[in-house]
Amino acid sequence: MISCDKAALICNKAQYNEASLMEKIKLKFHLFVCKACSKHSKKNAELTSLCNKANLHILSDSDKIAMKNKLEGKK
Amino acid sequence: MALINNRMAPHQLNPNIWVDQYADYLFNYAVTRVSDAEIAKDLVQETFFAGLKSAKNYKGDAAERTWLIAILKRKVIDHYRKINSKKGKAEVRMNYSANSDSDGDWLEEQVADPFSTINNNALENEELGEAIQLCISKLPKKQSKVFVMKTVQGIDTEDICNALGINPSNLWVMIHRARTALMDCLNKNWF
Repeated sequence: MISCDKAALICNKAQYNEASLMEKIKLKFHLFVCKACSKHSKKNAELTSLCNKANLHILSDSDKIAMKNKLEGKK
Repeated sequence: MALINNRMAPHQLNPNIWVDQYADYLFNYAVTRVSDAEIAKDLVQETFFAGLKSAKNYKGDAAERTWLIAILKRKVIDHYRKINSKKGKAEVRMNYSANSDSDGDWLEEQVADPFSTINNNALENEELGEAIQLCISKLPKKQSKVFVMKTVQGIDTEDICNALGINPSNLWVMIHRARTALMDCLNKNWF
């Protein structure tokens, strides 16, 4: 039986498809007996699907540095 | 959370943190409205310039972010005014079809379907993107950086660890904190 901390770690890894099969089995078993983690896990999966759906746009680091420099020049 | 609230309480401008703190949020806002990354980037830059220029008029009754978004809104409107005046007048060109090789697509067939869930979803997803970006901007800097690298840019765990000089368990702790905070934040602002 794994701890809740460990379960949370595996759950987070699973959001990025980085959990091994063994880990996933351990997690499933833990979620089966632990209601709190099961709730958290559902929320976590929901967050992943929201992030995928939202199609987030971000600026690259080089763009940001260029912006900062231009802003410095204006001061 | 408490830390951020404390800092924002007196509502002061701090242009040094603008790019780090708000650039992604503003960019996301702009790009969903002008649908062109280059133009959106320029608009964000112009917003920062305008903010710097009129910083002395800032009364402090709105949070920095709200104030900047208000400027960006004007910039987006100005942008559409400009491209319309370039043409002389706003004209609506309507072809039978965008991809002209299919003949016989009459206008009636191109009217937006009010029952289409695709369009409504697209709109909802834009708002969702803004809500998430807003929540990300409220995270501690290091957490938001790790979260964005991992989730939005999809960089490998190993590469992130190398780039930031942290070990994997460190990374997962930060991811965990970021995700928990985001869930809380979205619960309040989205659902």
